[in-house]
Amino acid sequence: MAIKTYIEAIRETLAEEMRRDGSVIVLGEDVGKKGGVFLATDGLWAEFGDDRVIDTPLTESMIVGASIGAAINGLRPVAEIQFADFIAPAFNQLVNEAARMRYRSNNGFGVPMTVRAPYGGGVHGALYHSQSVEAFFAHVPGLKVVIPSTPHDAKGLLRTAIRDDDPVLFFEHKKMYRSVRGEVPDTDYTIPLGSAAITRPGSQITVIGYGLMAHYALEAAELVADEGIDVEVVDVRSLRPLDKATILTSVQKTGKAMVVYARRRSTTSTVRSPGSPARTSPGCPTTTSSRTGSWSTPRRSRTASASSRHTDRRGPRLTGGRAAEPS
Amino acid sequence: MATTKKASASTADRNGSNGAGAGHGKAGPGVSKLAASVGLTDADLLGMYRTILLARQVDERMWVLNRAGRIPFVISGQGHEGAQVAIAWALQKGKDWIAPFYRSVGTLLTFGMGARDLMTAQFAKSVDISSGGRQMPGHYGSQPMHLVSLSSPVATQMLHAVGIALAAKIRKTGEVAMSSMGEGSANQGDVHEGLNFAGIHKLPFILVVENNGYAISVPVSKQLPIENVADRAAGYGMPGFVVDGADVLECYRVAKEAVDRARRGDGSTFIEAKVIRLTAHSSDDQQTKYRTAEELADIANKDPLPRFRKELQDAGVLTAELEARIAAEVKADVEDATTYAEEAPEPDPATAMRWVFAEEWPGETPPPWGFTLRGTGGH
Repeated sequence: MAIKTYIEAIRETLAEEMRRDGSVIVLGEDVGKKGGVFLATDGLWAEFGDDRVIDTPLTESMIVGASIGAAINGLRPVAEIQFADFIAPAFNQLVNEAARMRYRSNNGFGVPMTVRAPYGGGVHGALYHSQSVEAFFAHVPGLKVVIPSTPHDAKGLLRTAIRDDDPVLFFEHKKMYRSVRGEVPDTDYTIPLGSAAITRPGSQITVIGYGLMAHYALEAAELVADEGIDVEVVDVRSLRPLDKATILTSVQKTGKAMVVYARRRSTTSTVRSPGSPARTSPGCPTTTSSRTGSWSTPRRSRTASASSRHTDRRGPRLTGGRAAEPS
Repeated sequence: MATTKKASASTADRNGSNGAGAGHGKAGPGVSKLAASVGLTDADLLGMYRTILLARQVDERMWVLNRAGRIPFVISGQGHEGAQVAIAWALQKGKDWIAPFYRSVGTLLTFGMGARDLMTAQFAKSVDISSGGRQMPGHYGSQPMHLVSLSSPVATQMLHAVGIALAAKIRKTGEVAMSSMGEGSANQGDVHEGLNFAGIHKLPFILVVENNGYAISVPVSKQLPIENVADRAAGYGMPGFVVDGADVLECYRVAKEAVDRARRGDGSTFIEAKVIRLTAHSSDDQQTKYRTAEELADIANKDPLPRFRKELQDAGVLTAELEARIAAEVKADVEDATTYAEEAPEPDPATAMRWVFAEEWPGETPPPWGFTLRGTGGH
């Protein structure tokens, strides 16, 4: 088993899927000769040529809209939105078209399309190269939203996304591209969407995260382990479908839940938070939950931090500022 | 001629060589001079006439049903049918693709739908082939007929047709993709993005703008700084044609040229048909607030239906006997479709959660203690 970076896993998966299935094409801005601004598609153009690796004009709505059409007519497009911050012009095509096509046609049409986008901050990106936009899309029935945190998961989940018969938004935290390495099997493994991973077993509190925050959660767990707090970390890996069973089973065990994300706290005061099953499930004994996200400003904070911790005041047994107190 | 499975018993019956005509042909038995002038047969011309008439009369029936409180909403194609039927006639049914819009009644009937298919959608019945009763009335689509399911946000569908054309080019299928919309929709950014891409890659794509002069209430003078939307074609490196939408055979001729160009690999075409909107924007609109009585009287003179009828009569193609027969058939079609749709079963509410995804409830399995998915936000 080889050690690979996160972006190597993405790049290899794209090439392998294109070799495996002639209907897979890649399109987006600078994805051709340049190989993408992060080099996620580097080498694809040289191997697969102009027909299957298409440099588009700067037209995000067209990239997604034409991908929908191409998917309707027998291809499996993998579109790249250069930065997740730039996905807004494609919102209409994603939410009103791709997400609803199968439902509104009573299963007549499907859209087997993957839209990849680098997201997240911590890379000097400021207002427009740092956004975490997954919450917008995780609310939309008909879209799948996947955020892997390791090279292993990136490969297994991207394979599944490309082979999926429905539209999948595949968000890659750009800070992880070259900073996260890990073992990647040489086999053609896949990871089903909607299957969370328990990345650290523990007994006193469940910390739920994804993407870069799944790593920070593990780091934090190690820090508080010295204080005698035994943290279980759940990496949800996909926000839709959401593996409620794994989350709830973990929270039933620990009795406490903390959700960590890089997106803004204010965007998550709705049910589509990974922690929501624990708050809304009548069968779940959880009484304490907490959310940590970034500040509610256009410029996001560099990382989620203790200073931005936010406690959900819906739980009947509030613990105030510190949710991680052992019970 | 490509054959498409008939959608229902009332599908417009055509014996013509839809899509097979090739420029000027020779007059002879079954081919009048008029038909030969556009490379079609008399059967084609009669089929076009019948489809235009059916489109008009099924549309008129929808208004009657709406005013009688039987169906909730109508958005009309009246005045557009001549251009719609003629342009779709140039495409190959069952092979080529159309991403239509909500006024495309004539287009849909030409490409395989029947009156029953339209009417069951109006009544939102379970047998509605477009959506199984899920969509608003007027939002049609059929995968087997290559009619892309349409939405309400305007112009989005043209990007789907561009993508279909892209796939056709990559897969070398020889298919042509057409999209139609009104001139109001033509101002959306998606149109610029799509035409630009189609132009760059010389895609087998045709954009048809049916310019009826109004975006609901806003006249074309407040929508466009230029007279013709198709003048924009030059900016996308493709030919643009402006055609009188009441001149059915001219619409066909221009569309045929565009289809041939696309099929040859010579790229996309922008067609603007100047049509009229004989009705209000929809059954919920009061157009006398913004259109004068004089204007409404005047547009009736630009109606494609009587004009095409007279053209066929003058050419000796449409005899009095044929006209009466077609009128009776169309009337029976509309009656049949209305009765069929009214009597068809309602959708089963138990199916309302289906087809959000290809598989049901993907990956969101209940935990061991029997927690159910009810009330937790669905998928």
